[in-house]
Amino acid sequence: MIQLSIPLRQALARLTLPVLIALAFGTMLLGKADALLAERARMALADLLTPIWAALQQPVTAVRDAVQEAESLLSLRAENARLREENERLRRWQAVALALEAENALLQRQLAFVPETAPAYTTARVVADGGGIYARAVLLAVGPQHSVRKGQIALDERGLAGRVTEVGGRSARVLLATDMNSRIPVTLEGSRARAIMVGTNGARPRLQHWPEGSAPQDGDRVVTSAEAAAFPAGLPVGIVRRSEGGAPEVELFARLDRLDMVRLFDYGLGGILPPESVARPEPRPRR
Amino acid sequence: MKGRPAPATGLLRRLDALGRAAFPTAAAALLMVLAAVPTGLPGLVPATALPCVFFWSVFRPATLPPPAVFGLGLLQDLLTFAPVGSGVLTLLVVGGLATRWRRFLIRHSFLAVWLAYCGMALGAAALGWLLQTVLGWRLLPTAPGLYEVLLTAGLYPCLAGFLTWMHLGMTEAEAAA
Repeated sequence: MIQLSIPLRQALARLTLPVLIALAFGTMLLGKADALLAERARMALADLLTPIWAALQQPVTAVRDAVQEAESLLSLRAENARLREENERLRRWQAVALALEAENALLQRQLAFVPETAPAYTTARVVADGGGIYARAVLLAVGPQHSVRKGQIALDERGLAGRVTEVGGRSARVLLATDMNSRIPVTLEGSRARAIMVGTNGARPRLQHWPEGSAPQDGDRVVTSAEAAAFPAGLPVGIVRRSEGGAPEVELFARLDRLDMVRLFDYGLGGILPPESVARPEPRPRR
Repeated sequence: MKGRPAPATGLLRRLDALGRAAFPTAAAALLMVLAAVPTGLPGLVPATALPCVFFWSVFRPATLPPPAVFGLGLLQDLLTFAPVGSGVLTLLVVGGLATRWRRFLIRHSFLAVWLAYCGMALGAAALGWLLQTVLGWRLLPTAPGLYEVLLTAGLYPCLAGFLTWMHLGMTEAEAAA
């Protein structure tokens, strides 16, 4: 080690902070100039930490399940009544669905209808919260030989959750539909009108840009639209609700605050990705 | 008659000192990684990093030099979706100010330090908001920043309790060595 004189060492110590602050500005410029570098650094770190998070997942899930169990024990009676009512309603719907299914099969036979193949999907575990103060995202643990690509669509068991924006060796990041940068083309099922669902970082994204004269009605079902080839049409998204200010918002079907597993669908679409993922979606590998 | 235990010699003592010197940074990094586990509470990582940096900068600045703060800031930016460098600058500024005001802060009660921390968190959130607005070139809402201030201000007493315990343990070990 080089022996430095005490005054020189003190001067160096005093200089460290200003130099590092300048370096921080340099990092900001570098991150701004080369977005790909920042993305690669993020995914390298995520790949490194994913095994730790995956190992932690089990105890965390156990604790959360225990808490949920306790909560459900407290509300057993009310929950039972609600379920009985819902069961009654669903039984009526089941009858309708069976009748419609039979009718649909009959019509398809008459039209020589070629059915679409069901899209392939992979299931991945959510291991970490990938968002920050101004971002909503989750990190998924995917196996080392995964086939996850940028632009794939993530759904939980109920509805749309988000899109894959970054893929690493063992992890992938999903930008949630509630993120501020998320813009999703949707169709309002009641009026077949198109609109854009804009994330606000809150629990309910807002609806914008619907055609004049077909304002979203409270309780309308919202599904994805195939506009811009970013999403397949008809994926369940949520239900229109009016905010206190009167602006139409979407109550999502997906439970984004308690995501633990998501299904990643590969529709082979090449639509627009959010601004921070600069690269275009990778082509689907040949099989 | 019971005297003081004989101090450890050579390598052991050096390892001990090294462990003590590295503890604040390592513990802060570990806490941040743990805070990223999904709990349904967004923004937990920056809310954990700030109390750690503030606490060690006030009570034990020698163990958390600016380069370590820089590393923690980089870790925070990479773990969260923030523009790289914004968290680094915020943490460096908070660490620098806390070190500068430590003589004043250290003489006061826990409540006063907490209040000072709340002010600092508010400043940090404002700086973070400004940096993200400038870097992303779009006006961001202020509500998430204010939520973050409340979250980190609420987390500070719990974290400070744990860190104070560690700090006292380290002081005792140093006195014995």
